[in-house]
Amino acid sequence: MKIAVCIKRVPDMDVRFKIAPSGLTVDESGLKFDMSDFDGYAVEVAVQITEKLGAGEVTVISLGADNVQETLRKALSIGAHKAVQLKHDAPVSDGYAIATALAAELQGGGYDLVMFGRMAVDTQNRSTGVLTAELLGMPVISAISKLDVENGMVKARRELEGAFELVETSLPAVVTIDEGIARPRYPSLKGIMAAKKKPLEVKPAQLGEQRYVLEKLELPAERAAGRIIGEGKDAVPELVRLLKEEAKVL
Amino acid sequence: MANIFAFAETRLGELRRAGLEAVTAARRVADQTGGQVHAMLAGGPGIGALAPKLAAHGADVVLVLEGDAYANYNPEVLAATVAARLASGYRAAFFAASAQGHDQVARTAAKCKLPYASDVTEFVFAGDSVTVKHPGYTNKIVQTFVLKAPVAIISLRAGAVLPVENAKAGTVETIAPAIDPATARVKVTSTEAGNRGKLDLGEAPVIIAGGRGLKEAANFALVENLAAAFGNAAVGATRAVTDEGWRPHSDQIGQTGRLVSPDLYVACGISGAIQHLAGMRTSKCIVAINKDKEAPIFKVADYGIVGDVMEVLPALTEAVKAAKAGA
Ligand SMILES: Cc1cc2nc3c(=O)[nH]c(=O)nc-3n(C[C@H](O)[C@H](O)[C@H](O)COP(=O)(O)OP(=O)(O)OC[C@H]3O[C@@H](n4cnc5c(N)ncnc54)[C@H](O)[C@@H]3O)c2cc1C
Ligand SMILES: Nc1ncnc2c1ncn2[C@@H]1O[C@H](COP(=O)(O)O)[C@@H](O)[C@H]1O
Repeated sequence: MKIAVCIKRVPDMDVRFKIAPSGLTVDESGLKFDMSDFDGYAVEVAVQITEKLGAGEVTVISLGADNVQETLRKALSIGAHKAVQLKHDAPVSDGYAIATALAAELQGGGYDLVMFGRMAVDTQNRSTGVLTAELLGMPVISAISKLDVENGMVKARRELEGAFELVETSLPAVVTIDEGIARPRYPSLKGIMAAKKKPLEVKPAQLGEQRYVLEKLELPAERAAGRIIGEGKDAVPELVRLLKEEAKVL
Repeated sequence: MANIFAFAETRLGELRRAGLEAVTAARRVADQTGGQVHAMLAGGPGIGALAPKLAAHGADVVLVLEGDAYANYNPEVLAATVAARLASGYRAAFFAASAQGHDQVARTAAKCKLPYASDVTEFVFAGDSVTVKHPGYTNKIVQTFVLKAPVAIISLRAGAVLPVENAKAGTVETIAPAIDPATARVKVTSTEAGNRGKLDLGEAPVIIAGGRGLKEAANFALVENLAAAFGNAAVGATRAVTDEGWRPHSDQIGQTGRLVSPDLYVACGISGAIQHLAGMRTSKCIVAINKDKEAPIFKVADYGIVGDVMEVLPALTEAVKAAKAGA
């Protein structure tokens, strides 16, 4: 089984962001970076499939500047076999342009299964995986929280709001991974050493035309500081009054 | 005048609020640019009966794709059919930024070879250009984009546009699928709605969410009861809770769950971890009930009660019932 996983390098979200003077990126000083949450789940799922089969190969692909090599090495350290950097130095926000470049790399790669995260936690476009699948002409099941790959069939559970769907297709196929299937393992020392020797190929990204152009980033208005209105059930009447008269939500 | 397209999402034969939001948004743009609103419905036999609701919200024409093949979501047929429709010339197409919408719109955009503005909270049409806002970085940053495309394909975040009645003719037109459903490679074999008939997280104006402070699955009855007292509420949970299996993953709110922004969010026994806040901090009013007065949730809560959920929730439920009865 040949599997590809597309991973994106994103900043750690547990911080108070500042906007860079350009207004187009966050101020990266002091930020830590890693692969986007759902991409980590996808890498883990891919590695588990090859481990279970005792065969197969996982290729991780990331589009970005040279710093994505660090993210690719991390994926190699937790069990991916090969990595490809699609080099492009400037940030890109148009998911269609990214999908075009990813599809160009995946096309003809002979992959049985191509995996994406459900969403990149920085852009939150939630579309790159499905766009890429369509450009490749491959069937795709998005936002799945369960996956069975057997006898050339893919059976998945797709999460909806307060509901779910059971969905099937046949290989070769594309899936985008939601939470719930697997959490990424931590790299072992052995894994980190092995990752240094695994192949990492660098190619120029064949980006499509960018037609969804970032104009600016802004911090949303801060929430007013909260207030504690009381303790225990004695505070309930005051809460109900505020919900009615002040917040007008009751 | 170019027309405006809206896709009115349904699930198991029921219209979703997000569907009316898309129609309302399309109406707003059409009133500005002078075109007509064409709203599409797809579903099992009988789905066309929902057409008058779309007309009431501003659809000049309702396009109906009806048949057994669409009783469950049929991603490939819908995408092909909508893409064929858009090729006939529209200025914009609105969809819901829902689980179905995210799947459907990306497929449609790729078939149309058009860029796509996802999960939009605000949009401005001015001449040839469309400017949109879309939250990113776990909703911590507002991103503004310019969409350069002949047809602006937009999915709307729940609540970005509220449904407004504005009755139009709503002439019904039955349409044919652009591809034979028998050729679809991706098959949805069943749709399981645990909360059928109830509001879901994407649409409810009120969300009552429970955390590990509830202690066990059975105590979620307290959360359910409060939701029932409101009558317009859905139940959500933290990852601690979904990890324990007390609630399904689809109830999870946060960075790796659903992103919600209801009018009222009541956090019960929730600490307020940064990954949880990522999913709900844009709620209009936040209430927190937690026994630890230092819990970070109180920093974002408009109103906090320091106390035991086992005691406060039943009291609050009774008080809300009384308030609703008196209203
Ligand atoms: C990559 C990543 C992604 C994540 N994504 C998400 C996500 O999407 N959503 C999410 O929710 N979390 C997410 N988390 C987990 C998050 O970090 C927290 O662990 C989680 O939100 C905690 O849930 P909790 O508030 O229910 O539990 P806890 O943090 O254990 O808090 C329980 C709270 O209940 C209070 N309490 C206890 N007993 C009572 C009582 N009787 N009455 C009143 N209060 C009581 C306690 O004081 C405490 O504040 C993620 C974590 C990581 C690392
Ligand atoms: N620059 C990138 N390089 C590799 N994969 C990417 C990149 N951007 C997005 N992806 C993939 O597409 C998914 C969805 O991203 P998005 O559509 O931006 O939310 C991510 O989880 C990744 O799997």
